[in-house]
Amino acid sequence: MTEPQPTAAPRRVALFATCLVETCRPSVGFATMKLLEDAGLEVVVPPNQTCCGQPSYNSGDRSGAKRLAKRVIAEFEPFEAVVVPSGSCAGMIRVHYPDLFSNEPAWAGRAKALAAKTFELTQFLVDVLGLETLKAKIDGAVAYHDSCSSRREMKVLAQPRVLLKAAGAEVRDVVQPEECCGFGGTFCVKNADISGAMVDEKAKAAIATGADTLLAGDLGCLLNIAGRLKRLGSEMTVRHVAEALAGDTQTPGIGEARK
Amino acid sequence: MTVLKSENFPENARAAIGDAKLQAALLNIRTIFRNNRTRIVAATPEFEELRHAGAAIKREAVANLDVYLQRFDAAATAQGAEVHFCADAKSARETIAAICLAENAKLVTKGKSMITEEIGLNPYLIAKGFTPVETDLGEYIIQLRDEPPSHIIAPACHVKKEQVAETFRAAHPNRPADRDLSTHDSLLAEARAELRTRFLAADVGITGANMLVAETGHAVLVTNEGNGDLTQTLPRCHIVVASIEKIVPTLEDAATVLRLLGRSATGQQSSSYTTLSVGTRRAGEVDGPESCHVVILDNHRSEMLGGDYEDMLRCIRCGACINHCPIFANVGGHAFGAVYVGPMGSVLTPLLKGLEEAHYLPHACTMCGRCAEVCPMEIPLPEMLRKLRNQTHAQELTSATSRRGLALWTYLAERPRLMRGISRIGGVVMRLVGRRGALRRWPMAGEWTRFRDLPVPQGGGFVDRANKAKAKG
Repeated sequence: MTEPQPTAAPRRVALFATCLVETCRPSVGFATMKLLEDAGLEVVVPPNQTCCGQPSYNSGDRSGAKRLAKRVIAEFEPFEAVVVPSGSCAGMIRVHYPDLFSNEPAWAGRAKALAAKTFELTQFLVDVLGLETLKAKIDGAVAYHDSCSSRREMKVLAQPRVLLKAAGAEVRDVVQPEECCGFGGTFCVKNADISGAMVDEKAKAAIATGADTLLAGDLGCLLNIAGRLKRLGSEMTVRHVAEALAGDTQTPGIGEARK
Repeated sequence: MTVLKSENFPENARAAIGDAKLQAALLNIRTIFRNNRTRIVAATPEFEELRHAGAAIKREAVANLDVYLQRFDAAATAQGAEVHFCADAKSARETIAAICLAENAKLVTKGKSMITEEIGLNPYLIAKGFTPVETDLGEYIIQLRDEPPSHIIAPACHVKKEQVAETFRAAHPNRPADRDLSTHDSLLAEARAELRTRFLAADVGITGANMLVAETGHAVLVTNEGNGDLTQTLPRCHIVVASIEKIVPTLEDAATVLRLLGRSATGQQSSSYTTLSVGTRRAGEVDGPESCHVVILDNHRSEMLGGDYEDMLRCIRCGACINHCPIFANVGGHAFGAVYVGPMGSVLTPLLKGLEEAHYLPHACTMCGRCAEVCPMEIPLPEMLRKLRNQTHAQELTSATSRRGLALWTYLAERPRLMRGISRIGGVVMRLVGRRGALRRWPMAGEWTRFRDLPVPQGGGFVDRANKAKAKG
């Protein structure tokens, strides 16, 4: 585990909730906020935030992506750090914003500066804050799914496991953990048959862990896998890792009825 | 031969997923190729250094391609080879056919060569009255089945051995009808016996090349069957067919790339046969060709130099990206409707054949990034696919619905209040209908709900509520 960096550790951070959290699962935003506040940070939620531009960027609409990226840069650059409860949206800012503005000198520096201080949630908690203990206690086994962008773009692999273990959980990997769940943004509807085959395999791999809860750090994968688990009639509870780490077991899992 | 079209990729994919035989055959790719590579990379502690070294060699070779091609030309010519530079597929086909004609050839044996697939050589040779016979087992099988290859290193990986037995029974009618063809060994023995007579009778042998060595003029060829050696040493004329980016500067460089090639392709330290050949039979030698030609194809590759896609010219055709691609694993190669398939194919095909024809291929991808992770040449495949997507969007080759959808998304995402308002209304309706927490069907989400339920949004939104709570303090 990376040592805490007291001099570099920010005191006031901006939370970029992501458009999927805003529209589908606000509890992830509140859980993220709780985790950051419990760690002693002041958390700001910039009010004009919407989408990082990833759907446009990956669909080839570079100018649309730039328009949205410029909004994000302007909205978030005043803060010491930006925390995102999503590997793919964090990866968009960290890895792809600098590429997006590489030929626009007026924005290139600003994009790079924001990229350098943007973190995926578990990465921020472990690598930047050096968090070792959590208030929440998690009993029993949980299955963990690594999103492709967390794993490959953000190099987030150990961090969520460190935190889940610190909370007392036994973390089980799904078989073939490197395999994509088939979400892929618009891919899941444009190539529904392939996506359907991929998510079927991933859902069955999750069931095979024997754990009763599946966690991940990206809502795209979670909605995809949870939807397939429901279709298969599985009782597995699916949530974002932020909820589990914040001790939120009251909120129904993804795709479950309100209590 | 029925060849699928890449623009129908989603429909091709649906058919492939419903094809039980194909699905059974594809399992081997996932298990054997992937596991073998994983094992040998783990047993090669210096693999990452090797990768940097290999990529650096090809980077330098590509950056100085003109110099190295001239050097190769001079070295190979000095050893008795005739080097032909061909700008496009047509010129390469004509050059090869002219050589066959000059040799007064009838039977032409062929080692596995993707370049000859790219230029459509076999149908052309047949039309000109020659008889090309593929001698790589996989290529032999698909030639008999009249199918295109479905993988660059395992051309018949879509075929089960029971199907091969059927194919052999139909193609070899003079053999006993009751012979046993139930095992891999029996199929191999029959193919070997059939091919042996062709090797000995061939007038011209055509092979591909994994590399061309500039300093010595050698063509480097790897196979696991030895068919390449019989193809290039037995006939009186040998034709090497390769593309311009196969150049490496020195034999030492070739050795480095070979260490990456076997490990990345099949998980082997080296392929069973690695053959270096140059020129014609020397005085006093008992075998080797009397005439030797090297046909070097450009076919739009030089247009890639210095541009967004130059990195692709480092590709050594190992197939690692294909073996690890989840799309390929689910649908196989034919669905791509192209000679080159999987991630490397989805980059290369639009560049070789034009984006108009191959515009769908860059979109046949989840952007999972595993291809770039396993590429021994450090080729940023997802980034290049994204650049091609940019071009398809800019040239309006994507669907009007998709472009309108993206424009609407940007419009909404620039208006947080409007976006949140719409999301709230949608959420309320979905919660009214979807009391059990997930919807089995929903208007406009038909493709999603064919395979999964649609989780109902929690509602309430986050940003405004979080800030209201903060304001209250």
